[in-house]
Amino acid sequence: MSSQTIPRWLDVFILPLINLLAAFIVAGIIIAIIGENPFTALWVMMKGAFFYSGAFGYTLYYTTNFIFTGLAVAVAFHAMLFNIGGEGQAMMGGLAVGMVALALDPLLPAGLVVLIAIAGAAGLGALWGLIPGWLQARRGSHIVITTIMFNFIASSIMVWLLAGMLMNPGQMSPETRSFAEGVSLAHIHELLALIGIDVARSPLNLSFVVALIACLGVWVLIWRTRLGYIIRATGHSEKAAIYAGHDPARIIMIAMAISGGLAGLMALNEILGVQQRVILNFTSGYGFTGIAVALMGRNHPVGIIFASFLFGALYQGGAELDFEFQTITREMVLMIQGLIILFSGALAYMFNPLLEKTYLRLVSASEGEVRHG
Amino acid sequence: MADLWLQFVLTIDATLRVATPLILCAMAGLFSERSGIIDISLEGKMLLSAFSAAAVAALTGSPWLGLFSAIGISVLFSLLHGFACITHKGNQVISGLAINILASGLTVTVGIAIFAKGGQTPFLSSDQRFSALSFPFADNAGALPIIGTLYREVISGHNLLVWLALISVFITSYIVFRTRFGLRLRAVGEMPNAVDSAGLSVTLLRYQAVMIAGILCGIAGAYLSIAHGAGFVREMTAGKGYIALAAMIFGNWRPVPALMACLMFGFLDALAARLQGVELPVIGTVPTDLILVLPYVLTVVLLAGFIGRATPPRAIGTPYVKER
Repeated sequence: MSSQTIPRWLDVFILPLINLLAAFIVAGIIIAIIGENPFTALWVMMKGAFFYSGAFGYTLYYTTNFIFTGLAVAVAFHAMLFNIGGEGQAMMGGLAVGMVALALDPLLPAGLVVLIAIAGAAGLGALWGLIPGWLQARRGSHIVITTIMFNFIASSIMVWLLAGMLMNPGQMSPETRSFAEGVSLAHIHELLALIGIDVARSPLNLSFVVALIACLGVWVLIWRTRLGYIIRATGHSEKAAIYAGHDPARIIMIAMAISGGLAGLMALNEILGVQQRVILNFTSGYGFTGIAVALMGRNHPVGIIFASFLFGALYQGGAELDFEFQTITREMVLMIQGLIILFSGALAYMFNPLLEKTYLRLVSASEGEVRHG
Repeated sequence: MADLWLQFVLTIDATLRVATPLILCAMAGLFSERSGIIDISLEGKMLLSAFSAAAVAALTGSPWLGLFSAIGISVLFSLLHGFACITHKGNQVISGLAINILASGLTVTVGIAIFAKGGQTPFLSSDQRFSALSFPFADNAGALPIIGTLYREVISGHNLLVWLALISVFITSYIVFRTRFGLRLRAVGEMPNAVDSAGLSVTLLRYQAVMIAGILCGIAGAYLSIAHGAGFVREMTAGKGYIALAAMIFGNWRPVPALMACLMFGFLDALAARLQGVELPVIGTVPTDLILVLPYVLTVVLLAGFIGRATPPRAIGTPYVKER
């Protein structure tokens, strides 16, 4: 509304940082109330995320998940759609990978199976986004409610298949058999070892590269193609899009399919990269974290990479809390995540007037000096 | 025959127990959404209040103090929701989601800090909980055929909060459709500028609505941990807040139809629990996972307009900006 009075860099860089700081301050106060030192906790998390051997690889491994789910939320946001179904779309992506691998790994060479599995993950994820998109566009049901319901439906399908048809025979836990040798994405530390660079073991794998390519793809799509322009136009004003001769219903469905496909690709990291079998609840809330990532990253791929890295560090560092403290655990990270969504999402512009006032005062003060001097 | 009747009666009894938190949350959602504020934070508020009720009951030994603390914490977070969506005109879905995620983290973190039991509260003894109210002659009523079993199992033996949930539906219905406040509440969810030009405060009405929602969610949470259950377990709401939201939509934002939807969803849940691993003639093993998913599927189908029509309050989700 009134953001015209302050320069863009203040709005794009400083405001998110202030919101982030507010979230950390509240989290720090809660830690202090519990009776621990917030600065010690922060230090432990930093050590856990960056300094231990292999820690950085783990941080980037979590980052990969968040890039996919963050991009998914962002693409839908550009069309003014709120896709909170990333969790379900990622689950369906994982199921697709599993079904492709289980059906084809005795028949086809591993490399080909991996390619089909990647296409399957994107495809089934896209379908799980497309249906709510269709329901919103053509039947008028609210996308937020439908995607919530679709998360639960996906989770039920997952339980039903993993405890039934797809369950590894002769085992009691709900998971599939392991995929054949080679039906996986190579780990980065193995690849670096091939060219003589020695890094510590970590689950970081080639899907990180796929995630970076996806970032580039989304940037090109949204800001450099006709379709992206129409998506943004529809998001800004549906009426204007209709006036320009576009069908908003079609755009909504396309945007949701792309969004779902990106969320589905998250399964590459967890299923093809790390587990090489489908396990229950492999999404562990990463779909929801994508919302925080997109909000922090202002729906821009570059912002999303930074925000994903922040959350990657939080998740990896949070795991370290479990070892170092009696009273604070990785759930702390969930709390911080909630606070970040609150401050940089729902209360995004709470600090705006304050920032504006401070900026204008500083500017007029310096102008005053110039005049006097 | 008598055995089949007993099975049926027991399922109905279980339905009531499962439906109670759904009913309370659905009424909470109804107040909030009728005023124009989307409330997906039912889940989080219920989780926070379940924890608070169990923690306070464990520390003080009083279920009543537990209930009041549950209501208190839930209203506090309702006010946070209001602060974000009404005062700062933030996105209502994002605010609700933030509260849900915050609740997941906060309950476990504080739980470990106080009780050091991995996020659970200690097991509560019967005098720290709302125990079942036995109605007169319930034990001897089994002597009467049919009616007796019904009286003993379904009417008698519920705790206070189950009755409170059922009563809340009729109170909600009365307030929303028969009082001046209810009329204003509905108006503010349909056409806030009309309410504003009539000289009433949109902000105040919406704050009142979300606070009532907070009270009802608080009771629902307390029911889970200190009436139905005997202590708090992490993530114990397990999506019930969302099912309640679905039931409210299914009931078309009306109290009695929403009650019916809650009972139907509760019945499906009770039925699935009863049929777990049971071999039936013709069908074989019942796929209970698929019964449990029915509430979500039915809600999607309803929202898509394939069965009936769901019409939300017109101003829902849009913050009110006074024209200048």
